[in-house]
Amino acid sequence: MKYKLLARIALALSMARWRQTMVAAVGVAFSITMFITLLGFMNGLNDMLDGLILNRTPHIKLYNELKPSPAQPVQLAAGYKGYYHFIRSVKPYGRRLEIYNVDPIMNSIEKDDRVLGLAPKISAQVFYNVGAIDVTGVINGVDVEAENKLFFFSTYVTAGNYIDLKNIPNSIILGKSAADKMLAKIGDVVQVTTARGDRQQLKVVGYFQSGIADVDKINSYTSISTAQKLLGEPRTYITDIQVKLKDMSLAPAMAKEYRARYEVDAEDIQTANAQFETGSSVRSIISYAVGITLLIVAGFGIYNILNMMIYEKMDSIAILKATGFSGRDVKRIFIMIAISIGVIGVSFGLVFGFLASSFIDQIPFETAALPSINTYPVNYNIKFYIIGAAFGIFTTYLAGYLPSRKASKVDPVVIIRGK
Amino acid sequence: MADKVIQAIKINKHFDGAQQQHVLKDVSFSVDKGDFTSIVGKSGCGKSTLLYILSTMDTDYEGDLLIDNDPMRLKNEAELARVRNEKIGFVFQFHYLLNEFSVLRNVMIPGLKLGKYAEKELEHRAMEKLKIFGIDDQALKMPNQLSGGQKQRVAIARALINDPIIIMGDEPTGNLDKKNGEIVFELFQKLAREFQQTLLIVTHDMEFAKATDHVIEMEDGRILNT
Repeated sequence: MKYKLLARIALALSMARWRQTMVAAVGVAFSITMFITLLGFMNGLNDMLDGLILNRTPHIKLYNELKPSPAQPVQLAAGYKGYYHFIRSVKPYGRRLEIYNVDPIMNSIEKDDRVLGLAPKISAQVFYNVGAIDVTGVINGVDVEAENKLFFFSTYVTAGNYIDLKNIPNSIILGKSAADKMLAKIGDVVQVTTARGDRQQLKVVGYFQSGIADVDKINSYTSISTAQKLLGEPRTYITDIQVKLKDMSLAPAMAKEYRARYEVDAEDIQTANAQFETGSSVRSIISYAVGITLLIVAGFGIYNILNMMIYEKMDSIAILKATGFSGRDVKRIFIMIAISIGVIGVSFGLVFGFLASSFIDQIPFETAALPSINTYPVNYNIKFYIIGAAFGIFTTYLAGYLPSRKASKVDPVVIIRGK
Repeated sequence: MADKVIQAIKINKHFDGAQQQHVLKDVSFSVDKGDFTSIVGKSGCGKSTLLYILSTMDTDYEGDLLIDNDPMRLKNEAELARVRNEKIGFVFQFHYLLNEFSVLRNVMIPGLKLGKYAEKELEHRAMEKLKIFGIDDQALKMPNQLSGGQKQRVAIARALINDPIIIMGDEPTGNLDKKNGEIVFELFQKLAREFQQTLLIVTHDMEFAKATDHVIEMEDGRILNT
């Protein structure tokens, strides 16, 4: 009952200056709209750029790296324990690139609850034979279905059907730039030479375009079995196990765990792509900063309008106080005005923000580097809407607080006697 | 002995400035229930200042003030607001109606604030108060559609809505022409005679004062007669 009366008075006061009230609400709505559009668009771009690398990068990659043994014989010798060892010119020892015991390791990882899935991979250095010259390249033997499920393989196969890789024996999907260089069309046969000198004819079933030209110039894909055949290796020959996790942030800890458990090298995505994370967070910070600045400006608008309203309604405030409204009641009335401006502005802002995002989402954005993207990317994360709404209402509350405190301190005697 | 509605005991007030002014000097008096009292004096004698102290709106004074035998001295701002809401009705020189609300709403607002009656009943009571002053037909108009005299009558109706134990007026006829002033004055008379309403009116109009039960004359911050 009490709040109903205060609300009614608040409504009457704001309606008396509805034009200004509306301008204030429009200010809030505009800033929330911009906040949401900006964050949606920025994060859409972030996602896209991250997707270029991060979507295709395993969260943890298990492999064997060629490197010198960490423990040299002299360090293991009991007689030299407690000595300082100065060893020069250490060389990597003749380790194989394949992962030992690959089947048990894969079974064991697959059973881990934290793992979304895994895909085995073979990478091999090859030469593409183009007429009389050889071009260096890398062939990736992949499990086509797992690769598609975890790393969206099909989205960057721009010509041909990715599944042909599995169905057609001795097939290859070439990087677009490599294919252009070799003048290889779909259906043509290209010849590759492995590092050992074995030659193999492979049928081109498609092109892929990753968005990064340097990658496309070198890389091509075959199925795992084709790669094993090409290299003359048995069915157990796998050089990389790519693991995708349910929660990417666990990667560093789990990489460490796997390294110890399976005695292989394990690289986590955070270490491999630290620079992308930095870029994304900087872009996010910039968009938050701009959005919040807009909101603060809108807050000043509300502050101004309430201040004016208080000067204009001095008489009303005085008589309300004279007839039994306490300072706190008066304060509540003006806070209510500010909050309702905020709530209305925020609601419209959220709707218009969504509409503006959808509009941007429709604008064509064609680029050769990004075959899977046709319009500007937008992220519709509910988080931005919640942050925008919360911050919008908080700002309007703050903007209303100071004027309303002033209103609560109006001395009715001064006003009434001043007449 | 009749109940004392207001008792002022040795009230002193100073205005701070370059030179401190002593505007009220040991003012003591009381108003009995049902009295129609007026305070008269030249302008600047402190009569309005006294009224605002009695109204609890001005709390910067020395001395004691009892309303309905309840000391006001130690009450906080919210408690004083409650006292004003419940026990005191005000009529000022200017009507101070809220232009955003209809006449009826204006009368009802202090009642809604008090929350003693349900809204429907309060509306009925407000209509009755308006009827006393013959302006019930204007109830749904907005204040700016009324004449000055009508507005002042609405203001008096508003002062009455919570059945206050006292009505205080600060030159309630000061802003009106002679004819409307007389109408308002007659209304005060009617309230005092028919409804035994306690009234305390500050005025500089001697004719007005003469027609009241008691006249308190002030000069230079003191009460001359007691």
